[in-house]
Amino acid sequence: MAAARASTRPPRVGDSPSVRRALIGVVLVVGALFILAPLVVIFVQAFSQGFGVFAATLAHPDTRHAILLTVLTAALAVPVNTAFGIAAAWAITKFDFRGKRFLLVVIEVPFSVSPIVAGVAYLFVYGLQGLFGPALEAADVKILFALPGIVLASMFVTAPFVARELIPLMQAQGRDLEEAATSLGASGWRTFWSVTLPNIRWALLYGVVLCNARVMGEFGAVSVVSGNIRGQTNTLPLHIELLYHDYQTVGAFAAASVLTVLAVFTIVAKALLERQGAGRARRPSLAGPAAKPAGGKA
Amino acid sequence: MTRRRVLPGLRLALGVTLLYAAIIIVLPLGALVFKAASLGPEDYWRIVSSGRALASYRVTVLSALAATAFNLVFGMALAWVLVRYRFPGKRFVDALVDLPFALPTAVAGIALTTLFAPNGWFGEPLAAIGVTVAYTPLGIMVAMAFTSLPFIVRTVQPVLEDLDPALEEAAQTLGGSDASIFVRVILPLLAPALLAGVSLSFARSLGEFGAIIFIAGNQPFETEITALLAFIRLEEYDYQAAAAIASVLLITAFLMLAVTNLLQARALRYTARG
Repeated sequence: MAAARASTRPPRVGDSPSVRRALIGVVLVVGALFILAPLVVIFVQAFSQGFGVFAATLAHPDTRHAILLTVLTAALAVPVNTAFGIAAAWAITKFDFRGKRFLLVVIEVPFSVSPIVAGVAYLFVYGLQGLFGPALEAADVKILFALPGIVLASMFVTAPFVARELIPLMQAQGRDLEEAATSLGASGWRTFWSVTLPNIRWALLYGVVLCNARVMGEFGAVSVVSGNIRGQTNTLPLHIELLYHDYQTVGAFAAASVLTVLAVFTIVAKALLERQGAGRARRPSLAGPAAKPAGGKA
Repeated sequence: MTRRRVLPGLRLALGVTLLYAAIIIVLPLGALVFKAASLGPEDYWRIVSSGRALASYRVTVLSALAATAFNLVFGMALAWVLVRYRFPGKRFVDALVDLPFALPTAVAGIALTTLFAPNGWFGEPLAAIGVTVAYTPLGIMVAMAFTSLPFIVRTVQPVLEDLDPALEEAAQTLGGSDASIFVRVILPLLAPALLAGVSLSFARSLGEFGAIIFIAGNQPFETEITALLAFIRLEEYDYQAAAAIASVLLITAFLMLAVTNLLQARALRYTARG
């Protein structure tokens, strides 16, 4: 129908062939230089001395340890933030209570705060010069410059990722279905598993994918709290920095290519999930804009 | 009318939410504010208004403004082309717009530095015409523009998609040229979304760290951003100065959060009406 209408209506603004070609041309050239070239240069550099050197760098114990630490951090931070996101969305969308708007702002705060500020803030909680530092030292509990600190800082940075996908969607879906289920005698858990979860699964997965990408790629906050101990507290992004500053360019880019593949997978998953309707309910925020709304819907 | 509460789970869900938000979000930021406040007004002011700190604010804000201006033009053009035209590879370009968000900032940092270094793909031809990007404020701008590019594209895209063709047609029958219709009809309709995108893009640029430190050169007074100065004070074990400078970033972030929320709400109102 749209096509039939298109043939009868007059050309819209900017439809003249010269304007059209010029704009598409400029955008493609600038896009290729500005977005595609950085992507390409990563792989060109990573393989610049052949596949053997590339493979050898990835097989190096320090790199393998960095990959392992990054995966471990994500395996801890992502499920916890997923649980938090579900709990926050359930509380905020299914009930009325005072201070709800304030709580929404608090949950969004990590998006606006520079990762460096997050790292510094954690130092003043768990560091020696921080609130709990001396007590932790006395009890011989290591949080900073160790795995717990890295996980905590990652949790801060990505705390809102799942919640902000679920809240607008569950708000739009209302409470009627859940109320019907409980009035028919279903327990709270049963209601969540059988009624709510099927309705939010794509948005949930969308949030988890974006949360995971950010945890694995986080640099600023982690670099403050990790202590950068090679082979011990270096996550993959920190390891990339270390190799790069050691003039091991090929190594740095080989490690970077691993994260780049993750980024490409994330984009593809994001596009696929958006086709299922995920990401549409939310508005853009500092962690990333919303997906395009369903075509033509006002 | 008050609804009777029939759904279970408020206590558990709200309890978990409040506890987690308190431990993970509020406690560390509170500790930072506490540390900065413990300095006393004189010391605090001396640190945050020192020459080096002021220079870092100037570099950060000016670079963020320039990056946002670039993204305003390029992001708008990108959104326009993606919404209005059909061309081969359009879906690929659309997906590629998300790359700066998905790519870890450290990876973006070393990739951009390699491209713009004096012997890089872009750096060499640019050097021939006398432009140095890497290790100058221009490099900071490039890194900021890259990491915040998607904001303006993605805030403008849905509004442009929903734009009512009747408005343009009316302007066309009244004899307006394409350029004047764009400036006087389309642009005003896009303005709220553009403004919201601009504020998000600017806020993100102010807080960016990972992508910048590789390309910036990090010379005090010249190419040192505020986030890096806080980091350097930490490495010098000057925790109070780190707290003070980080608190400036935190206050700026809160101000930007208020501004973006305001602009967001306005943009949404316009979209709903359109």
